[in-house]
Amino acid sequence: MPRQVLEVTLTADSVAADAALAASGDATAFERLYRAHVARVHSLVRRMLDADEADDLTQDVFVRAWDKLSTFRGESAFGTWLHRLAINVVLARRKTLGVERARFHTGENPLEGVSGRRVTPEIAMDFEEALANLPDGARQVFVLHDVEGYRHEEIARMLGVVPGTSKSQLHHARMALRRYLDR
Amino acid sequence: MNDQWTDRLSEYVDGELANGERTALEAHLATCAACRATVEDLRKVVGRARALDDRAPKADLWPGVAKRIGAGKVVEIRSRRFSFNVPQLIAASIALVLLSGGGVWMALNQRAPVRFTTGPSRPGNERTVAYWTGRTDAAIADLQEDLQRNESRLDTATVRVVRENLALIDRAIGQARAALDADPGNAYLNLHLADTMRRKLELLRRINAIATAQS
Repeated sequence: MPRQVLEVTLTADSVAADAALAASGDATAFERLYRAHVARVHSLVRRMLDADEADDLTQDVFVRAWDKLSTFRGESAFGTWLHRLAINVVLARRKTLGVERARFHTGENPLEGVSGRRVTPEIAMDFEEALANLPDGARQVFVLHDVEGYRHEEIARMLGVVPGTSKSQLHHARMALRRYLDR
Repeated sequence: MNDQWTDRLSEYVDGELANGERTALEAHLATCAACRATVEDLRKVVGRARALDDRAPKADLWPGVAKRIGAGKVVEIRSRRFSFNVPQLIAASIALVLLSGGGVWMALNQRAPVRFTTGPSRPGNERTVAYWTGRTDAAIADLQEDLQRNESRLDTATVRVVRENLALIDRAIGQARAALDADPGNAYLNLHLADTMRRKLELLRRINAIATAQS
């Protein structure tokens, strides 16, 4: 077996073993799972919601994962299961914040007017920062579609909108972000 | 910029336009440099999004998680790389089976009634399990035939470890079946039997995959 393939196989096996151990109450195995997945979960949460909530929400995701590990039956990879759980936590938080439809943006430049400032090329902002400054609706659709790879139909179900709204928000987000490609 | 098409350019980039619309837009793109440039930018945005790196939080969030799940003392984990050989992996799988098998031992040896959080005994569970285990028995038989054919591709030590541990799993399955004969509706025992058989399936699949890959 090629070494790289073998290492990927063994890594997947070790994650599956840790998931089973954690489900039986082994906190040390769960910490290994945390260390292996925290960057992905934190990045997802940070991009979907405000950065200052990311730490708390990331902890919520892992606490929820610990509580629900008994429902993880291994049909999918642990990382996939955890990722979907993280999205559910984010969406629940989003509902709590009451931001679902009210802040969907239909304007030409979603980055204008955010945080009370007009975005101009003179303002130094890298791509991630520009993404963070999109209105919630456009940002969440962009993250789910272009970063995470979900389809419009799935996103529409998650966010409680029609697929056409998801497509429109995605386009607005991309048009706004193209100014920040080189940063 | 042609406003008729501007708002459809993302759908074009994603390949979501119907044939007729795509043809019309491509005809427009042939004559509109602004839209061509926008399409190019949109493709770059998509590429940039896919290439974003995941970043760990600046602070270590594990102590907070550990506190909330009641993990007790937090042990600092150094950066390390997981690396197991095949016998170690098998041993890890068996450890998990034996760990959960402890529950069967408890169920068989406790004098007082044992309460499991997985649910009370319910009439009808045994029919479901009989159906499930019947299908799984067939799948296991197929995989064991495959393993007999594949064993020659594995080294002797690995074959020995595989055989020993499959025997251990079979004993665990036998215990679970015996316990279920005495208490067919026990939800925990049903779950344990299903889980142990699933682990045997996974182990057989994994060993067959490794053996096939080494050919």
